[in-house]
Amino acid sequence: MKTGIVVFPGTWSDRDCAYALHDVLGEPVRYVGHRERDLGDLDLVILPGGFSYGDYLRCGAIARFTPVMEAVARFAQDGGLVLGICNGFQVLQEARLLPGALLRNASCEFRCEWVSLRVEQTWSAFTQGMRPGQVLSLPISHGEGNFYADPATLEVLQTNDRIVFRYATPQGQVAPQANPNGSTAGIAGICNARGNVLGLMPHPERACEALLGGSDGLVLFRAAVMALQAAAV
Amino acid sequence: MYQADVIVTLKPVVNDPQGSTIKSALHALGFTAVEDVRAGKLLRLTLDTDDRAEAAAMTESMARQLLANSVIEDFKISLVALEAPARSRRA
Repeated sequence: MKTGIVVFPGTWSDRDCAYALHDVLGEPVRYVGHRERDLGDLDLVILPGGFSYGDYLRCGAIARFTPVMEAVARFAQDGGLVLGICNGFQVLQEARLLPGALLRNASCEFRCEWVSLRVEQTWSAFTQGMRPGQVLSLPISHGEGNFYADPATLEVLQTNDRIVFRYATPQGQVAPQANPNGSTAGIAGICNARGNVLGLMPHPERACEALLGGSDGLVLFRAAVMALQAAAV
Repeated sequence: MYQADVIVTLKPVVNDPQGSTIKSALHALGFTAVEDVRAGKLLRLTLDTDDRAEAAAMTESMARQLLANSVIEDFKISLVALEAPARSRRA
């Protein structure tokens, strides 16, 4: 799985993503600069976490107009796999590749902690091989991860099974006390209609080996590998 | 020259935790008459045009494309004609 990791000024999780994919999983990885217009033969593009353009104006608002994002939009349209993590999720929403927006956390606090996520669907590219209701443990690290969508958009997400992950208790119950940021319906991650574009607030790349506190993040990257293999058959 | 003030606020239906926190702080200071607080931002643009209609149109376009996110935010524009700097008036 040839992976490109997009680096905007202010991106900070690019090397963590490369570590998880290359050092841990042995997949080929290259960094993609924000001015690049050609993604070449990549299979997966990751928009990593961080503070692109200092989060000025709104998180992801400036990054969305970079040359590389035009290429990412075309890549997604052609069915390429796109994964937006944390700030990358915000960029995907600003670019209208995913619906909704991420507001300031309900607590007004930056939350940096491990959360439990319940897997809500297993048809998208990034949930291949998972079980519905499976619980993943991943870290979050954000001040603006409070998912918002208007009721009509929420309805579309729900009826089309596009809510991918919800914050839950370790036992898999979606409950207010398990929701770290006030997200509507406990939503932690959503995908597009085709299932090839995923945005989520938690950081799978920071849960890639036991030494870091867990390795559930690898399940998500392996799902992408499986999706590509299935598509190649 | 025109000065365009663009005020961006969250839509009324969108929760504003920042505004709620500020309201609580004001209540704690004794300003109990405060019913509601909505936080927003002010973007003040200086535009190199003397045509009010053009200034309005370009500000509107900038607000739609970049300054506000229509998913969660509304914006209001107000325009003020600026005195041109003396140097350029003489030129």
